[in-house]
Amino acid sequence: MATGILKRAIPIARGLAPSQSAARLLLARCHASETQAQQVEPKAKPAASLKTFSIYRWTPDNPSKPELQDFQIDLKECGPMVLDALIKIKNEIDPSLTFRRSCREGICGSCAMNIDGCNGLACLTKISDGAASTITPLPHMFVIKDLVVDMTNFYNQYKSIEPWLKRKSPSPTPGKEIPQSKKDRAKLDGMYECILCACCSTSCPSYWWNPESYLGPAALLHANRWIVDSRDEFTKERLDAINDEFKLYRCHTILNCARACPKGLNPGKQIINIKQLQLAK
Amino acid sequence: MTAEQASTQILAKQRLNRPVAPHLAIYKAQVTWYLSALNRVTGVILSGTFYAFGLAYLAAPALGWHLETASLVAAFASFPVWAKFGTKLFFSLPFTFHSFNGLRHLTWDTGRAFTNRQVQVTGWSVVGLTFVTSLLLAVV
Repeated sequence: MATGILKRAIPIARGLAPSQSAARLLLARCHASETQAQQVEPKAKPAASLKTFSIYRWTPDNPSKPELQDFQIDLKECGPMVLDALIKIKNEIDPSLTFRRSCREGICGSCAMNIDGCNGLACLTKISDGAASTITPLPHMFVIKDLVVDMTNFYNQYKSIEPWLKRKSPSPTPGKEIPQSKKDRAKLDGMYECILCACCSTSCPSYWWNPESYLGPAALLHANRWIVDSRDEFTKERLDAINDEFKLYRCHTILNCARACPKGLNPGKQIINIKQLQLAK
Repeated sequence: MTAEQASTQILAKQRLNRPVAPHLAIYKAQVTWYLSALNRVTGVILSGTFYAFGLAYLAAPALGWHLETASLVAAFASFPVWAKFGTKLFFSLPFTFHSFNGLRHLTWDTGRAFTNRQVQVTGWSVVGLTFVTSLLLAVV
């Protein structure tokens, strides 16, 4: 655009009086230097860095075979995370692409999906260096649309471990919180951080084969969170409720769960704790 | 039919069509679940062979087979070298892998070596030890 202004400025300058034209020329030169700067800029701007994202597509409106659809985007015009790429594709290429997302900082757990074969949160996973990436929904879950899966069973399993404080005796300080020593509070570290994104459970082959009878890493981690809680008085009942060949013992210490957890937690270790408590009971 | 009933009907219809997201075929190859699967496979090979031989030995007199130690030794001695090596390796590979990985599982059962790093280090150590010891067992 600046070049256009310059071109128009020169003929006008020619027809003016010398003093005025000098001023105009000066102005024109100002424009010229700016234009030159702008001409240099595109050269300094790095070339487009194209990356192909193969994304799982399936829509209930037209229920045919699910397929991978390729989208090519320029990473130079995209944020660093996989979620940025998905939002860019949805904004600029295909608004029908469907996925869950909310906080974009790894605390809501909505954007859990399988990225290049590994479960993770799209908002915490950097776009990899390769020329192509594949994104599919959480493995072995029923697909509602594209990357959105049905979490009903997963949430019901969480509900089944009764994730709330249960007491037999009244609180030592009625109407107030139940005190806990620092040591007892520290026992909950590595469990209270779980955001229930389902990355661990859906990475577990054992959970793939028994999704309804086996509780899965996430629900068992939360079961242990309440078993270990010093304020909870239903420890024995909680242990008994999950002391089941399928609910608990389908865990074969495969440990895909700990690899997949985007919060760096270790569900496998918590499950072993439950198993050890079952033996000590 | 109310709007609510209509939407429930659409949902019920959609649920029937929902595909299962890809799992085994797309999940990244990791030492975690690959070794777990191998543990299962080698266990099946070992116990399967044990049961098959036990049953065959039981049925041998009735069927006229010769499965006594002496005749097995004689048969094995007549094998060419590559077949001797192959047979030994067929048994030593699953045996060593299952034994070493079994120790790994026993360690986990005590609540130790659960970090991602430790899982990888112990996993690859099992793989290395398996190859070395099974080859040694196959050549002696």
